[in-house]
Amino acid sequence: MNLPVLVGLMVVKITLVLVVFLTTIAYVVLMERKVLGFIQLRYGPNRVGPWGLLQPLADMIKLLFKEEFTPPHANKTLFVLAPMIVAITAFMPFAAIPFADRILPDSLTIYGYQVDLTVAALNRGVIADVNIGLLYIFAISSLAVYGAVIGGWASNNKYSLLGGLRLCAQMVSYEVALGLSVIGVLMVAGSLSLVTIVEAQKSMWFIVYQPLGFLLYLCAAFAECARTPFDLIECENELVAGYQTEYSSMKWGLLMLGEYGHMIIASALAVTLFLGGWQGPFLPPIVWFLIKTFALIFLFIWVRGTYPRFRFDQLMYFGWKVLIPLALFNILLTGVVMMYL
Amino acid sequence: MQVLFLILAAVALISGVLVVIQVNPVRSALYLILNFFTVAGIYLLAHAEFIAAIQVIVYAGAIMVLFLFVIMLLNLRQPEEGGEKQHLAQKISGAALAGVTALLVIYTCTRINLGPAKEMVPGFGSTEAVARSLFTDYLLPFEVTSVLLLVALIGAVILARARLD
Amino acid sequence: MLISYLPILVYLIISIGLAVLIVALSEALGKKTHTAVKDLPYECGMVPISDARHRYAVKFYVITMFFLVFDIEAIFLYPWGVIFKPLGLFGLIEMGVFILILMVGLAYVWGKGALEWE
Repeated sequence: MNLPVLVGLMVVKITLVLVVFLTTIAYVVLMERKVLGFIQLRYGPNRVGPWGLLQPLADMIKLLFKEEFTPPHANKTLFVLAPMIVAITAFMPFAAIPFADRILPDSLTIYGYQVDLTVAALNRGVIADVNIGLLYIFAISSLAVYGAVIGGWASNNKYSLLGGLRLCAQMVSYEVALGLSVIGVLMVAGSLSLVTIVEAQKSMWFIVYQPLGFLLYLCAAFAECARTPFDLIECENELVAGYQTEYSSMKWGLLMLGEYGHMIIASALAVTLFLGGWQGPFLPPIVWFLIKTFALIFLFIWVRGTYPRFRFDQLMYFGWKVLIPLALFNILLTGVVMMYL
Repeated sequence: MQVLFLILAAVALISGVLVVIQVNPVRSALYLILNFFTVAGIYLLAHAEFIAAIQVIVYAGAIMVLFLFVIMLLNLRQPEEGGEKQHLAQKISGAALAGVTALLVIYTCTRINLGPAKEMVPGFGSTEAVARSLFTDYLLPFEVTSVLLLVALIGAVILARARLD
Repeated sequence: MLISYLPILVYLIISIGLAVLIVALSEALGKKTHTAVKDLPYECGMVPISDARHRYAVKFYVITMFFLVFDIEAIFLYPWGVIFKPLGLFGLIEMGVFILILMVGLAYVWGKGALEWE
């Protein structure tokens, strides 16, 4: 085993994946604006490039050159730290999500070195094939709360603080429901490794065994990503922009990256757990993965264009009194059905 | 592997000390989170991957959220610079206690006879292994945990009631 | 087994580097001006009265404590789900009792009105 060569290959692979991931985030923002435009019978961005295709690039350049304003009443270190936490917790979960089957041969000769690519899943379409993949993703996303809490508190602004607080209460409430909704999948697959879970869906997608689980996962994921109808932090008429109120320039850009990154991760995880991951006939695996993920992202946007937003008390009611009891019922039901059928 | 352990252990110790000596409680809490991460890393090095994930989910992702919530929102003002000076007696007694504890730990360490390391069974520390012993050998403690959690729920409600009424 | 975690470490380092780079770039590129009014906390044009850091409703803490309890419950369910098949009926009864006791807790909290948000 040749450690420096291995690490070098990892850096190349990870950089490629991250570049694609970031570009996808930028274009999901454009897609959202376009789709919402069509839903509301208007054009959406169409000035920069054909069909507005260069809009993300223009937005990025604009954001980079905007004034970087750190309010003097804010807590400086924490104010800078919060957007980084949001962005990093949005990038990290993708490490465990399998996006294709095999992408490289088992071994490769580079400049005369024979490198075994089966080490650390280098030849596979996943960055890290770890045994606890699902727990890893939940561990990272449980840290996303800190971005809201620290950002809201550090801004020292009433809207920010209350927005951060509400978002935190919302995220922790739905984290439980999210965690409980996937137990059924674990019971059927018998593994926490996402690679194994996808391979177990070769003959049948898990949505067939876990329809209720999938529905619960979707509801909880919408709330966890703070998307409509659970986008209470974006309750403009009450809280301006929630914990993001005092942020500007690329720090706000990072918060935005984080928000859309979480949405992509939630869709990709749903595809991995319930919709067979990269499995599918005729087309190459990575295409199947992208089609399914984008279908779910489209669902996120469609819902945003269709439904009004919950009130905060309705949100708490739905999370604790509907989703959690239903998720526990789903686990017991799955157990009984697996035992006797 | 040894190098990684040493780095993690050093960061764990330093962040642990920083938790205690910080004046600002928010900073203390953040260093404590860092400390939990390094401990999770050490678990991972010991091949206990499930425990490492749990460490992050429960301690860093749940317990510290509650801590931070309480610290940030109980309106704890940041102490003004040089506002609260510690008394000399506080410092001396603190140092003395720490010294005695350190001596006890060192004394105990010299008394232990460390045998040769056991061969690691395949699958040690994996989720399956933890689950197997938890749900067969340690069944009673597991069921008692649910009662403990129930008590915690009731306690939280009663505490909140006392504040609301 | 540990080698499978190496890509995560590399990924972490790269994403931290990326986040720092983005913040540093915008810090370096944008111009900066400060005026007395601009430096005030944003409150839709009103002059802010008092500090933002008040005491907030106890409900927020209570919800976080409930979260803690149910999060730990979920943690126990993960390993159970993984070995559900080999455990069989025994495992189902075992977890049934565990979930039942916690459902009693949820019902208690519900009945006491701690989940109401007015």
